[in-house]
Amino acid sequence: MSTATEIGNFETTSTLETFGFLPKMDQNEIQAQVAYILGNGWAPAIEHEHPSRSFDHYWTMWKLPFFGEHNVATVLSELEACHRAFPDHHVRLTGYDNYTQSQGAAFVVFEGRG
Amino acid sequence: MADTSYKAGVKEYREKYWTPDYTPLDTDLLACFKVTGQPEVPREEVAAAVAAESSTGTWSTVWSELLTDLEYYKGRAYRIEDVPGDPESFYAFVAYPIDLFEEGSVVNVLTSLVGNVFGFKALKHLRLEDIRFPIAYIKTCGGPPAGIQVERDRLNKYGRPMLGATIKPKLGLSAKNYGRAVYECLRGGLDMTKDDENVNSQPFMRWRDRFEFVGEAIQKAEQETGERKGHYLNVTAATPEEMYKRAEFAKEVGSPIMMHDFLTGGFTANTGLANWCRENGMLLHIHRAMHAVIDRHPKHGIHFRVLAKCLRLSGGDHLHTGTVVGKLEGDRNSTLGFVDQLRESFVPEDRSRGVFFDQDWGSLPGVFAVASGGIHVWHMPALVTIFGDDSMLQFGGGTQGHPWGNAAGAAANRVALEASVKARNEGRVIEKEARDILTEAARTSPELAMAMETWKEIKFEFETVDKLDVA
Repeated sequence: MSTATEIGNFETTSTLETFGFLPKMDQNEIQAQVAYILGNGWAPAIEHEHPSRSFDHYWTMWKLPFFGEHNVATVLSELEACHRAFPDHHVRLTGYDNYTQSQGAAFVVFEGRG
Repeated sequence: MADTSYKAGVKEYREKYWTPDYTPLDTDLLACFKVTGQPEVPREEVAAAVAAESSTGTWSTVWSELLTDLEYYKGRAYRIEDVPGDPESFYAFVAYPIDLFEEGSVVNVLTSLVGNVFGFKALKHLRLEDIRFPIAYIKTCGGPPAGIQVERDRLNKYGRPMLGATIKPKLGLSAKNYGRAVYECLRGGLDMTKDDENVNSQPFMRWRDRFEFVGEAIQKAEQETGERKGHYLNVTAATPEEMYKRAEFAKEVGSPIMMHDFLTGGFTANTGLANWCRENGMLLHIHRAMHAVIDRHPKHGIHFRVLAKCLRLSGGDHLHTGTVVGKLEGDRNSTLGFVDQLRESFVPEDRSRGVFFDQDWGSLPGVFAVASGGIHVWHMPALVTIFGDDSMLQFGGGTQGHPWGNAAGAAANRVALEASVKARNEGRVIEKEARDILTEAARTSPELAMAMETWKEIKFEFETVDKLDVA
């Protein structure tokens, strides 16, 4: 049994689902995940929402899903454009899989300041 | 046929039920049995006896047979194959006409196929290896209340396996202390927690008290983490009436999901509960207590791939499949074979995975494969590789045995899971690079570093008892 001083204290935080427990991704890491979405033939899509409403199923879409997009850089620049336009909002990247009618990937890329 | 006369007596089964020239119909239900006959009886006679006894036949000719068209209703043994590496046994393939079975009733199918025939004296051993359900029959079954796609949407879980834990100790906690253990796991990063299968409504913790405290634990964890959470409230009970009462209350306290033990509870109860869940917007987790009694012996019983197929038809959104890597029995290829049956819309015949027939599932929703039992963080990259995203990985002792408690244990597993998924998406071979991936992730997670230290020596390396038949 560990003594009290050896036991770590785990603080609950808002974690926002997939990849919420990993450190903030750098540019290369985000790029790799975008490439994974495109490589699977999924349609990348961006959505954003104020942290106070982040539990809602529907966030506001940024434009439309980028159907047929093959360029990683385009998706990255749209993510950044959305983040610049809504710095207070969380920005989430989704990969729509039309075969399963589900999302093959979805994670928050930028956390809003709230 | 009208000119056939009635001759009383004991019959040779193979005259009627061994039909090697028969081409099965798309609407036939097909079965593959592994048969071990008594030494002096010819294979064709044994195979025909199995077909007869599991369909229209009885040991003696009866006059009333002539009132119907048994040629239409009889099961037919249509193929015999050697079992690789086992000279004593053989595979017998039997085709049954669809009209032998009541629509939407796996109960009726199993009562025929694995009924009296298993006690038949001409057989030393009998094992039902696989069933091909015709798509026409599948269309009569309700199947999973929600299915993988709907569950992901309701719970907002995408692009990764889900993470869970069975609350421990499995018996003896008070309802309030139990709810505490649930809350700690959920706030720490698990998506869902689970009642142990033994937990029903014992004197130390009655079901209503448990449901109320767990309901509060789920809501609080959701508010604090901003993530959707659940707990499989076990509604398995002594009677269907009691089961439905508990199901109603599980919905009332706000859990998105409940659980049932489909073999001890029975297929009738399971199918009824699955229908109830579909009508009430509840997810259904299925545990498989008693399965090893039925499926573990290589020459007797029913292979788990058949039980898994029957469950998908009866209804469930999650089903335990073993872990391959943990403390419980499970061959890797065989496990992958029945995991496919749970999740895919079409599974081709593949003897290397123990799949004896093409199986078309049509539009029946998929079932999450649940890996649970003796697994810990070191297994995570292997589990993600084996089970893929459409799975539920459950670490009981591997969460709550963390030296800092449930929340830290949950966080350790969540970090390990997400690091594995992220690395996989980056194109890394995560099963091979497991140590590197986990070590990197532990740099920013003291909880994971502690978990890796705690479980570094634990291995479960025993030979599988039920192996696939290979020469």
